[in-house]
Amino acid sequence: MEKTWNNKAWFFVLPVLLLVAFSAVIPLMTVVNYSVQDTFGNNQFFWAGTEWFTEILTSSRFHDALMRNLLFSAIILAIEVPLGILVALAMPKKGIWVSVCLVLMALPLLIPWNVVGTIWQVFARTDIGLLGYAVASMGINYNYGQNPLDAWVTVIVMDVWHWTSLVVLLCYAGLVSIPDAYYQAAKIDGASRWAVFRYIQLPKMGRVLLIAVLLRFMDSFMIYTEPFVVTGGGPGSSTTFLSIDLVKMAVGQFDLGPAAAMSLVYFLIILLLSWVFYTAMTNVGADKAPKRDQL
Amino acid sequence: MIDLSWMAWTWPTAIFFVAIFGLIALMGVWEYVSPGGHPRVGVLRFETTRGDRLFVSLLGSAFLCLGWLWATDLSLWYALVLCAVFFVLVFSLV
Repeated sequence: MEKTWNNKAWFFVLPVLLLVAFSAVIPLMTVVNYSVQDTFGNNQFFWAGTEWFTEILTSSRFHDALMRNLLFSAIILAIEVPLGILVALAMPKKGIWVSVCLVLMALPLLIPWNVVGTIWQVFARTDIGLLGYAVASMGINYNYGQNPLDAWVTVIVMDVWHWTSLVVLLCYAGLVSIPDAYYQAAKIDGASRWAVFRYIQLPKMGRVLLIAVLLRFMDSFMIYTEPFVVTGGGPGSSTTFLSIDLVKMAVGQFDLGPAAAMSLVYFLIILLLSWVFYTAMTNVGADKAPKRDQL
Repeated sequence: MIDLSWMAWTWPTAIFFVAIFGLIALMGVWEYVSPGGHPRVGVLRFETTRGDRLFVSLLGSAFLCLGWLWATDLSLWYALVLCAVFFVLVFSLV
């Protein structure tokens, strides 16, 4: 056997490993332990086996929350990713307006989740909120507290307002890193605007887009604070996403066993979908270099 | 001795984690004996290393067990046999 590199360098990752173990792995192990037991408090536990998992997997409440969350994430990605790319393409690459645009784009990201929720809760009210009042003045019967569709539109628009900037900033970072030589070569070849985007800008943004899609998917799939503040999961349970349902179960009802089982199923779904996104996006187009006649 | 009672340990979950960490340690030994991760393109048509194959096996096994609990009342031991078969398939074909 021939040793190819110095494995002592692995000791440098030991502090991170310990930190992750302390903050993530050990709590996750505790959740696994809770998921197979029942407790009534006082640190007393009773073996329940796979009962909570069966209960969660066959529960319509869980299925409905999961479907709502998947739909929400799909809508969020379908809006924020193309919109983020468009805004990034439209942003200036040189001059004083670069800083202005970057600061404006960063502003929504600096606002805490619960503050965003509170802003939109007031903003969308038809009696005192500017948006709600303007929409109602146009003769549209809008009330996010009573109409599920209005509640969904409000939560989606709020999320787009809050998080599209992240996609924009990541795409912009990818765009400004493209050397001018690429554009000059495309110009010499007489490439159309679409060809420049498809074969130069999009591939060069690939890595940052992957990060953007993964971050937005995971974040939207775990969304809690903003919809909780704006709609409280209602009207009815129309905006009760998985995390809101989970908190209701764990903290509201104190059903720690079923909540732990639900957490694990939730975690596995996020892990699976993130892996699928990551694998698809890192492999698609890897062997599709642009041909000269396509430019 | 550190008091770990707050973690509500049970023997089955302890054995489960010992098995997971044992598998990871075994991968470390395998990597030491045969470095490089043995990358290859299998039935999924993209390159996977041994670590990727372990991840796919574990994640797939978790979903096999969940699917088993959802679909049938039969013992989970049968699902464990199915997981073992899945492990072998992933490590030989993916």
